[in-house]
Amino acid sequence: MAASQAEVRVAIATDDDVVAARQAGRQLAESLGLATTDLTLVATAISEVARNITAYAGTGEIVVRPVDGRGRRGVQVIASDEGPGIEDIDRALQDGFTTGGGLGLGLPGARRLMDEFAINSRPGAGTTVTMTKWGPQ
Amino acid sequence: MPVPILKQGSVLIASIQRALTDTDVVLLQETLIEQVGRYRSRGIVVDVAAIDVMDSFVARSLRAIAQMTRLRGAEMVLVGIQPEVAFAMVQLGTSLEDVLTALDLEEGLALLESLGGEAERRGGLAG
Ligand SMILES: Nc1ncnc2c1ncn2[C@@H]1O[C@H](COP(=O)(O)OP(=O)(O)OP(=O)(O)O)[C@@H](O)[C@H]1O
Ligand SMILES: [Mg+2]
Repeated sequence: MAASQAEVRVAIATDDDVVAARQAGRQLAESLGLATTDLTLVATAISEVARNITAYAGTGEIVVRPVDGRGRRGVQVIASDEGPGIEDIDRALQDGFTTGGGLGLGLPGARRLMDEFAINSRPGAGTTVTMTKWGPQ
Repeated sequence: MPVPILKQGSVLIASIQRALTDTDVVLLQETLIEQVGRYRSRGIVVDVAAIDVMDSFVARSLRAIAQMTRLRGAEMVLVGIQPEVAFAMVQLGTSLEDVLTALDLEEGLALLESLGGEAERRGGLAG
């Protein structure tokens, strides 16, 4: 049990890595007792931020780790890269805003899929997205 | 790993067996469009029952397949979306309103059948 609840780091460079990262997140969330629906929400959110790494930064890393808070356990996802960074974070978080010819749903969608969501980014200094899904009380 | 595509009469059935990488999705898109032309298929059923993640890229690609299929005079039906995947898609905002869906393979084939019949009746009346 304890081993499966350890932090997992996945280097992101190819689209296989995107799949590996979301599977790692799903497994950790499952071992922490999150509901079946939530496993899918976490995996989908990871897929979005991981793809943003391959699309805009080229390479980066996804860390999934267990967190404790207010009597609950949860899964935290940290997606980081040293890519170009995001010029206007508020705009990037709006539905439909894209510079990559996508639907512009990745970031705002991931925010809706998770319980907590924060972006730290500066042009030229890379991007870190930190998001958390909490388990049952 | 490419998605197996089965030809059944005038319909192509693509059953996605496992998690899709973006490369798999692009390949599926190209193969389906090519085969619809080659076999003059009237419809495509894409079975996603085995998919646990339908993210914005997969959703966008499936919508593109549906649109291209329609431009070729055929129809695509998406079947087998799992309940938690449907929930995640709504939260994400990729609800695919413009894509035909059915519960499972059987209902998807029935839907294509009824659309085909309708088109023939329309053609018959007009002609
Ligand atoms: N890691 C990143 N590094 C640099 N820019 C990013 C990164 N992630 C997102 N962005 C910027 O934020 C915009 C919005 O991202 P979001 O994921 O919401 O939409 P998208 O990737 O354009 O389309 P979709 O995800 O729907 O396919 C992107 O177009 C891009 O300009
Ligand atoms: Mg994106």
